[in-house]
Amino acid sequence: MSDLRELYQEMILDHNRSPHHFHELADANRTARGNNPLCGDQLTVYLKLNQDKINAISFVGSGCAISKASASMMTDALQGKTKHEALQLFEMFHEMVTGHTELAGPSKMGKLAVFSGVAEYPARVKCASLAWHTMKSALEGSDAIVSTETGE
Amino acid sequence: MKYEPKILRQDFPILQQQFKGNQLVYLDNAATTQKPKSVIDTLQQYYAEDNANIHRGVHYLSERATEKYEQARKKVQQFIGAKETQEIIFVRGTTEAINLVAQTFGKKNIKAGDEIILSTLEHHSNIVPWQILAEGVGANLRILPITDDGELQLEQLPKLINSKTRMLSIGHVSNALGTVNPVHEIIKMAHEHGVPVLLDGAQSIPHLKIDVQAIDCDFFAFSGHKLFGPTGIGVLYGKKSLLETMPPYQGGGDMIREVTFEKTTYNTLPYKFEAGTPNIAGTIGLGAALDYLNSLDWNAVQHYEKELLDYATHALQEVPCLKIIGQAKEKVGVISFILKDIHPHDIGTILDQSGIAIRTGHHCTMPLMLRLGLPATARASFAFYNTREEVDKLVEGLNRVIKLFG
Repeated sequence: MSDLRELYQEMILDHNRSPHHFHELADANRTARGNNPLCGDQLTVYLKLNQDKINAISFVGSGCAISKASASMMTDALQGKTKHEALQLFEMFHEMVTGHTELAGPSKMGKLAVFSGVAEYPARVKCASLAWHTMKSALEGSDAIVSTETGE
Repeated sequence: MKYEPKILRQDFPILQQQFKGNQLVYLDNAATTQKPKSVIDTLQQYYAEDNANIHRGVHYLSERATEKYEQARKKVQQFIGAKETQEIIFVRGTTEAINLVAQTFGKKNIKAGDEIILSTLEHHSNIVPWQILAEGVGANLRILPITDDGELQLEQLPKLINSKTRMLSIGHVSNALGTVNPVHEIIKMAHEHGVPVLLDGAQSIPHLKIDVQAIDCDFFAFSGHKLFGPTGIGVLYGKKSLLETMPPYQGGGDMIREVTFEKTTYNTLPYKFEAGTPNIAGTIGLGAALDYLNSLDWNAVQHYEKELLDYATHALQEVPCLKIIGQAKEKVGVISFILKDIHPHDIGTILDQSGIAIRTGHHCTMPLMLRLGLPATARASFAFYNTREEVDKLVEGLNRVIKLFG
């Protein structure tokens, strides 16, 4: 049970129960869909980009606690960020959940550090990173649906 | 003699393992089963003492390997009640068996506008090979629907069969829900219209006594690894009269009689469908698995499995807010379930921490999940070596999941 608390921290469980920015965005100018065909997780990320700045970000979809909380906390972290900052945070998040902490130590990650425990569960890395990959795709204006089973 | 799963478990080395201080509770038998020591020893012995290529060498080892390989074919024939050994084709697994039929029998007999009947319950491996064929030749798939309990709507079948129907391919037992389909009735109905039937037996053969002649299916496919044997070996049974009319599947060594650059004539059954050096060790290992199963009192095994399923069904129904998905009257030891709004992946991860292995996801049955309106389920699947104590541990684990998620 103590090991599990590393993965399922209270903040993750809270965001799973009541995700933030969990709605469509009527005036979004960028959207992207992501899915994990292995587990059926799917989500859509909405962005309202003004020049290079994320004025608003939201998501809808279904998935496990890790993927839902990750999407929710991502939307918190990226409000008001520039495109460059968002992509930088994407890189750091990816480093952290795959266990490379030299670039993305908990001190640099703020609240997102609660996902550092995911690195101990290789099968769950895709759950944590799906929202981030989808956000990146939306930022880059790609029309392709993001899938955890291609690229990475 | 009384059936003693606790003694029988000792035949399976992997079940003796501990994970993070917990005894392994392996409840993912519908994905793959564990192997008795006799199977593991047979593989080891084959490579240590008998390894040689078959059907061609004049030397002693080759003769011995060939003999053991062909003995395994005989064992399969007897195990499933086939009329002749020629009707037993060794393949990689159920998936390859179905692809073989689709690409040979299918390509020869199914044309533009023809129809192939499948059901909502099918595993992707009994959908996609037919889809590929249908796209290629311009044929259509027709789908036999299910009830909310996960049973086939048999009364719909007569409406689906017509003069364009060329094939009916159906799972004997559902891997996702455990439903045992009424295959006798289905086959009888199909045969009345001259429609051949392929049975996907991947999930039935570990639980039910199979007699292909009594069932009267035209093809029967199964995988060794779901039947306590090695991975990479499976069987396609086909009625000889059909196999003889089918073109070869893959070209290569062993499947030919004579090759010139102008023309090749093909070998007789079953070799026509076994191109290249086969999985010799796996085949002999599958034979050892059948020997092991033949040493058990099958009536006692089936009785025990039924009792265990009933026990597990009742125990899981006691878990607060747990809903069993698939409540067919005839089931084998597969229980799919959902738990409140907790995602199956979270359930699987938490159980895994206590050494309990279950499967979570769509179980390679995405059309079925769509029909049920679920993205995924958690699935516990049992074999004859599982015990009531393991069911109790599963229930304890699920209560921990509920506690964690509040």
